[in-house]
Amino acid sequence: MSENPVFDRIQAEIKEAPVMLYMKGNAMFPQCGFSARVVQILSHLNVPFKTANVLEDDALREGIKQFSSWPTVPQLYVAGEFVGGCDIVTEMFQSGELETLLKEKGVPHEASAA
Amino acid sequence: MQSRAHRLETILADTFAPTLLRVVDDSARHAGHAGARPGGETHYNVLVVSAAFRGKPRVARHRMVHEAVQAEFAAGLHALALTLRTPEEQGGLLAE
Repeated sequence: MSENPVFDRIQAEIKEAPVMLYMKGNAMFPQCGFSARVVQILSHLNVPFKTANVLEDDALREGIKQFSSWPTVPQLYVAGEFVGGCDIVTEMFQSGELETLLKEKGVPHEASAA
Repeated sequence: MQSRAHRLETILADTFAPTLLRVVDDSARHAGHAGARPGGETHYNVLVVSAAFRGKPRVARHRMVHEAVQAEFAAGLHALALTLRTPEEQGGLLAE
């Protein structure tokens, strides 16, 4: 048991889903431009990913910030590891590092023809 | 009272001794979104070019900035879009 019950939920989610995105809204209807951009990048790479909507759950909204020691949402986890927020994911996508990371972690993906 | 942009500039200048620093209040573009407040001062775009980032991976750089501006997050700052580079990475790049 951790000090915050929502930490257990987050632990379980990032362990189960190889690519887990904590965001505002969902993949179909993002409620924030930063969340939308991360969804767009993951979709472009054809990465299967799971999302959790922090706007539907105040405990999660605060809990994920504490869990990651990161003050903002979205937050991307790959293979249980914190990758970053929108700025970092965007930079890593542009430099090709995101694909390298997915490859290293054995996450199936495929960039659509640009 | 000083604007938040001004306070952010002061904090970042003092903490990172940047060779290039840019703080842009982007709140108006997010007006009406989650996290926006009627008075604005919630969303910022920040560029910091500093030798302090040398040898630090991206997440560590962001954490350094988050820590420096912690009090502003506690006081209603909602979103900080960060571009954090070393002087070498900045090189001849123009500040967008």
